[in-house]
Amino acid sequence: MTLKTRESVAAWFFLLPGFAGFLVFVFGAVAVSFFLSFLQWDMLTPAKFVGLENYVRLIAYDKTFHLVLKNTIVFVLGTVPTRVILGLLFALALVRNIPARAFFRAAIFLPVIIPTVAAAMVFRWIFNADFGLMNEFLYSIGFSNLPRWFSDPKWAMNAVIILSVWKDVGFSTVLFMAGLESIPSSLYEAAWLDGANKWKSFVYITLPLLSPTTFFVIVINVISSFQVFDQAYVLTGGGPGNATNTIVYYIYNNAFQWFRMGYASAVAWLLFGIIFVATLIQFRYQKKWVYYE
Amino acid sequence: MKNSTKEKIINWVLFGVMVIVAFFMLVPFFWMFSTSLKAVGEVFEYPPKWIPSTFHWENYKKVWTVVPFGRYLLNSLVVSSSITVLHLIVASMSAYAFARLNFPGRDKLFLLYLATLMIPGQVTMIPNFILVRIFGWTDTYTGLILPNVFTAFGVFLLRQFFMTIPKDYEDAARIDGASRFYVFSRIVVPLSLPAVSTLAVFTFVFQWNNLLWPLIVVSKDYMKTVTIGLASFQGMYGTSWNLLMAAAVMGVLPSVVAFLFGQKYLIKGITLTGLKG
Repeated sequence: MTLKTRESVAAWFFLLPGFAGFLVFVFGAVAVSFFLSFLQWDMLTPAKFVGLENYVRLIAYDKTFHLVLKNTIVFVLGTVPTRVILGLLFALALVRNIPARAFFRAAIFLPVIIPTVAAAMVFRWIFNADFGLMNEFLYSIGFSNLPRWFSDPKWAMNAVIILSVWKDVGFSTVLFMAGLESIPSSLYEAAWLDGANKWKSFVYITLPLLSPTTFFVIVINVISSFQVFDQAYVLTGGGPGNATNTIVYYIYNNAFQWFRMGYASAVAWLLFGIIFVATLIQFRYQKKWVYYE
Repeated sequence: MKNSTKEKIINWVLFGVMVIVAFFMLVPFFWMFSTSLKAVGEVFEYPPKWIPSTFHWENYKKVWTVVPFGRYLLNSLVVSSSITVLHLIVASMSAYAFARLNFPGRDKLFLLYLATLMIPGQVTMIPNFILVRIFGWTDTYTGLILPNVFTAFGVFLLRQFFMTIPKDYEDAARIDGASRFYVFSRIVVPLSLPAVSTLAVFTFVFQWNNLLWPLIVVSKDYMKTVTIGLASFQGMYGTSWNLLMAAAVMGVLPSVVAFLFGQKYLIKGITLTGLKG
């Protein structure tokens, strides 16, 4: 054997355990899922090839899909900007030498690592319309027309959004803190010597130099928000009606409650398409506002 | 001098603001714990009591007896740690091949791995469920563990880290007659401990919190993990808030304890990798 072949053999020795699993559970699964999306199959009776019918039905006729798509977009628009802005503000405060900053950072980050299921259980109790802490608080600051969080379609999505912001704002905060700490302080000193005030150095130094971090935080948040499931499953069960039903919840229901394997796969591929386009658009527009040294 | 006084005042104002923020972040934890110790009647009392008049620790005992919570914890532990260990082994071996060895089609294969990162888990979930059914792995550890071992992220992260290690150490060992596996396991992996342990912590936390996959492959009670155990407990005891909160406390406690011990480390890991737990 030549040295080159020996190296290839060695490489495949290292690759094989992972590659075998990838072949089945990732590459294979992706191919099968794509194929499934052109079938009508309930796992009991023989599958029927229906061509593009699943996609056509989803895009043109399925009112529930249109609703869950709208709900998911509302969720993304409600959570991502809130998490990004609050995360940035918290980080700006926490990179300063304020008293007890380690404690504050821990308090903001703690919800990130707990199971969403447990967090949602607690918020289901907090948002309880009659005995919950939230309405208690709203009442004490002067509101009298208190929301019935889970039976009013208008408010249910807000409850899901509030829970999700509370749960994951610490993730953005920690990333922003790292971004802020990597900006050299000499730049601020130079700007100060040149007579720039705090606001000017924030706009002309902090924001541009932080923009790669901001971009990353937004991209990650958008991708994960489109895949929202746990919060809705535990907090509202998708209700009332379908008011908090989301795309992934719809995939789950189609595949594992109604056993429409082909239809559910088509929804999953549409979700992939949506996330892909959303990410692509962000990468296209980053040239306009992201500053790379 | 004047400037530093001003800075101090700003810091104290921000301190005040952060006290309010921390209050809102921590109140749900406190309220969960407080409710978990209340008697049924006290739960619905008005105005709500922050601290229960007597501590009903037996709520925890009750949860423990109506559902096999210990079993849920054990299942979560077995599943999460198995996935973590297996993932670390296959990901580090693959990463070593991609980072250090030359073979035909290497870069193309690596790109293919990377491309899978963009595909949401919901796409592969359905075929993997069908596969698990065909092999009869529903309600087994194998079904809970195996499909979650293979993700490209770990391969990518470790490859990037391995590339930063100077090749000299390995070359020296190779000249002394060490095998490639020896070089990999005794030199490259130990030198990459920060990246390897970060990946370990995040894989574990992510799998511990995983709801969707256990939800679809498990139906028998004794195979439930903590997350679906909690979800089904909520289904059974929908308005027994004191019991629900006791269960939630037990679901949160392992994560909180782990967080208090490894906080610095977790946060460093996030900023190192941008990974989401």
